[in-house]
Amino acid sequence: MLEVKGLRKVYQAGGREVEALRDLTFTVDRGELVCLVGPSGCGKTTLLRCVAGLLDPSGGEVEVDGKAVDGPPPGMAVVFQEYGRSLFPWMTVKANVELPLKQKKVPKPRRAELVEQSLDAVGLTGNADAYPWQLSGGMQQRVAIARAVAYEPRTLLMDEPFAAVDAQTRADLEDLVRSLWKRLDVTILFVTHDIDESVYLGQRVVMLSSSPTVVQDELTIDLPAERDQLTTRADPRFAELRTKVYQQIQLAKKGA
Amino acid sequence: MSFMRKIGYAVGLPLILFGLWFVLSSGSESFYAPPLGTILTAFGDTWTWPAIRADVLPSLLRLAAGYLLAAVVGVTLGVAIGLDRRLRATVEPVLEFFRAVPPPVLVPVIMLFAGIGDAMKVIVIVFGCVWPILLNTVEGVRAVDSVQLETARAYGVTGPARITRVILPSASPQIAAGLRQALSIAIILMVISEMFAASNGLGFTIVQFQRSFAIPEMWSGIILLGLLGFGLSLLFRLAERRALRWYEGLRAAQRTR
Repeated sequence: MLEVKGLRKVYQAGGREVEALRDLTFTVDRGELVCLVGPSGCGKTTLLRCVAGLLDPSGGEVEVDGKAVDGPPPGMAVVFQEYGRSLFPWMTVKANVELPLKQKKVPKPRRAELVEQSLDAVGLTGNADAYPWQLSGGMQQRVAIARAVAYEPRTLLMDEPFAAVDAQTRADLEDLVRSLWKRLDVTILFVTHDIDESVYLGQRVVMLSSSPTVVQDELTIDLPAERDQLTTRADPRFAELRTKVYQQIQLAKKGA
Repeated sequence: MSFMRKIGYAVGLPLILFGLWFVLSSGSESFYAPPLGTILTAFGDTWTWPAIRADVLPSLLRLAAGYLLAAVVGVTLGVAIGLDRRLRATVEPVLEFFRAVPPPVLVPVIMLFAGIGDAMKVIVIVFGCVWPILLNTVEGVRAVDSVQLETARAYGVTGPARITRVILPSASPQIAAGLRQALSIAIILMVISEMFAASNGLGFTIVQFQRSFAIPEMWSGIILLGLLGFGLSLLFRLAERRALRWYEGLRAAQRTR
């Protein structure tokens, strides 16, 4: 369960105050998959960093499982947009996935098991001893997802994770997120600027306004739970929902 | 390039230069520039096993002690300064000043405090070669990618692990550059400190030969120093290549993408 209440973030930039987030309130229920979508520059990344406990908000509160966030909460994993900078190039794929587990003091046999399972789950079996830079962009992001999965998080934050990969890889990775979510009983907050992606992935889409950001609207995605790239995207209901989200984003851009 | 070819390129020019020296100096009548043949004979006679143990080994031990100490001090302080903005603002101007002082002028000063024993020579080496290590470490630590740091924080990689698993490896290419510079400085200071005041060591022996007009022996000592420096830098490059294989790979991958 993730609760964001009246969240506000003001940056000090050269003596000038920039209000990035004005007043954000929304919740993500336990085990829910919620997509946050908003126009570019609307402070999505700022919001996510506040939720992850990497940035102190100027006002309001974030609560994870009933506890106020004042640093990275245990049981939360983050997948960053910049996979090339988020993986450690001096470590093999296996060591990258294993490092957080070592820090959590997971015993060695269990660690090996988790690393293997999570690499299998993202389709990277046999790449454990490669270095991240030997892999393609899509595969690197799979490593980052495997690292998050192996961490056994209750909450998973994803910050535009597929913005830098090509369209086909992206479709594969979207399906991977859906299948992992269904299997692992994890709460996912997925930030994206891609309207189609948000409708395809989410049970619910929270739309943000332009900066200074407030919640523009929320929409429940009443598509069947079994989704696939062909039929779901061809579903007339999908088109309706995406149009609704699109309209709200257009309104947000105009500042209505 | 094949391995043999590489070796050929590497040793080709030195062989030619030595050959030229040998041929051109073979008829030399000059007392100060004897034929290379004479120098090489002196080399064999001078640098026997007991002489190596008496003069080369002490030099190398002092070099090793000074260099390793400088590495530990430089990297430790460098990490501390690199991580703390206020500390950096306070000490950076002072560091730049100390770095600008040519280390050989410190030998007489350090002699006043530390005497003329091994401690003085080690201190001179530390004082001279700690700066490139320290300043490169500071730069390397400052340049650690912010996303890498946030990733570490988000996954609970904090405390000592943050430094040993994230910050040091990320800064290691730059630290290695500092260590490489420091190695040549350390060799220079090893010799200079022994030239001032010593009872053994390579620098001391070379000065002794010069003062007693044992010119071929003096030249042989200089050749030995050259070989030593070359050998050490070769060793360093091998170690660096091993430790930074990931970095070379990363850079190659970035170039092709």
